[in-house]
Amino acid sequence: MNDSPLLSLHNVSLKHQQQSLLNDISLSLNAKQIMTIIGPNGAGKSTLIKVALGLSKADSGSIYRRQGLRIGYMPQKLTLNPLMPLSVARFLAMAKPKRQQIDAALARTGISHLRHRPLHDISGGETQRVLLSRALLSRPDLLVLDEPAQGVDISGQTELYELINALRDELGCAVLMVSHDLHWVMAQTDTVICLNQHICCHGHPEQVSSDPEYLALFGRRHAEAVALYQHDHDHQHDIHGDVVCEHHHHD
Amino acid sequence: MIDILLYALVAGLLVATVCGPLGALVTWQRMAYYGDTLAHSALLGLALGLALQANLQYSVLVTCLLIAGLLFALQWWRNIALDSLLGILSHSSLALGLVCLSFIDNQRLDLNAFLFGDLLAIIREDLINLALICTLVLGLLWRYWPALVALCAHAELAEIEGLPVKRLKLLLMLMVAATVAVAMKIVGVLLITAMLIIPASAAARVARSPEQAALIAALVGALAVCGGLAGAWYWDTPAGPSIVLGAGCLFVLGQLAPGYRRSS
Repeated sequence: MNDSPLLSLHNVSLKHQQQSLLNDISLSLNAKQIMTIIGPNGAGKSTLIKVALGLSKADSGSIYRRQGLRIGYMPQKLTLNPLMPLSVARFLAMAKPKRQQIDAALARTGISHLRHRPLHDISGGETQRVLLSRALLSRPDLLVLDEPAQGVDISGQTELYELINALRDELGCAVLMVSHDLHWVMAQTDTVICLNQHICCHGHPEQVSSDPEYLALFGRRHAEAVALYQHDHDHQHDIHGDVVCEHHHHD
Repeated sequence: MIDILLYALVAGLLVATVCGPLGALVTWQRMAYYGDTLAHSALLGLALGLALQANLQYSVLVTCLLIAGLLFALQWWRNIALDSLLGILSHSSLALGLVCLSFIDNQRLDLNAFLFGDLLAIIREDLINLALICTLVLGLLWRYWPALVALCAHAELAEIEGLPVKRLKLLLMLMVAATVAVAMKIVGVLLITAMLIIPASAAARVARSPEQAALIAALVGALAVCGGLAGAWYWDTPAGPSIVLGAGCLFVLGQLAPGYRRSS
C-alpha cells in the first residue's frame, strides 16, 4: 500500500452563528494508527469527527480522505424514532451486507442472541454493540468511534474498550475516536489530540500528559492531585475547560 | 348514483394506499408539521389557480411542489430550525390563502369542500389525475424504500454508507407535497396530515418491521376510508372527517392489541 495518510485535515475552521466551533485544525491519520480526541464538553469533538467524515461542511480549510477509503462509523448514540419498528438484524441489513457478514459481526461483538430483538428493547451497552457491529460490516480501513462507551456501565466500558482494541488488531484498521476514558487513551493510543475548539496539544500520550495545556484541562480530573499549573501560553482554561482569553479569538 | 360511490371508494383507497408507506416515513422522520404546512399552502395554490383561471388540481400540485422545494432549500442553505419556520409558514399560508380566496369572487367555489374534503364530488377526471399521481408516488416509494428506511433509521450512517441523503430527503419532501395536493380533494386541507400520521401511528404498535408498518398503515387507511364512506352514505355525515374519525378509532383499537415491543 502507499504511505499517504488515510485522512488529513488542513487548517479546518467552522463557525456557527459567530461562535467558533473548530479553529484552525490540522491533523493527519495514517494506516493502523490510533488517534484519540479528548477535550471538555463542547470542545467540538463530535463536530471535528463529522467534518472529518464529510457529514458537516467546514467553513475553510481542506479535508483529504484517501480514495476508496472504507469507513466504519459508530455515532455517539442511536436516536431511533419510537414509532419505528426495527429489529437488530434489519438495522444491520441497511448497510447491505451479506447474511453471513451480519452473523459474523454480531458474533464478534457478542450479541448474536439479540438478532431478532427490537432495537427499542435492548440496553444501552447492547445498543453500542449493535452500532459497533454495523460499523464492522464495511470491513473498514478506518474505524471512527464517537464516545463508544456512552451510556455503558463501568464494567461494560472496560469490555467494550477491550473489544475495540481486539477488533483493531484483527482488522488492522486505523482508529479515530472521541473518548473520555483517560486510562484507555494513555494505554492504547498512538496519538492524542487535546481539543478545545483549537488543538491545544497533540502527540504521544506520555508527551501530551505532561503538556501544560493538557494538565490545565484534565489535571483536576485525575484523582492524584496535580499541582496547579501556571503556564505561559496565550490563554488558560478555567475549571470548566472554557478558554480564558487575554484576547478575543473566540467571538 | 352508484358511480359516485364507486369513484369515491376508489379515490379513497388510492390515497390510503399511498398514505400507508409514506405516512410511516413521515412519522419516522417527524415531518407531521411539514405536512401541515404543505396542506395549508395548498389553499394558496387554489387561490392562485382561481386567479389565473388554471386547472385547480394542477395549480395546487405545482404550488405544493414549489413550497416543498423552497423549504428544502431554506433548510439546507440557511441551516435554520425547521420547526419554528414551519410553524410560521404553516399558519401564514393558511391565512393568506383564505384572504386571497375572499378577494376572488367565485360562486362555484365551495370553501368547505377544500377545507374538509368532498369525496363524493369526485369526478372521472379527478380520479384519473389522482391515479396518475398515486401510481407515480407508489412507484418511487417501491424503488427507494430501502434507502428511505435507512435514512429514517440513521441519516448519518446512511450517508457514510454511501446513500445520497440530501437527495432522498428532497424526494421524500416532494412525495409528501404531491400526495398532500391530490389528497386535498379527499379529506381536505385541514385533515390531510391525519391520513398520513394516524394510520402509520396505529401500525407502529403492532408492526415488526418497517415493511409491515407500511402495509398495516395502508390497511388501516383503507378500512378508515370504507368506514368513513359508509358513514357518509348511510348517515349523511361529511365524508372527509368521517374517514379521519374512522382512522382515529382504529388507532385507539390498535393500542389494545399486544405490542411488538415489550417496553415502550
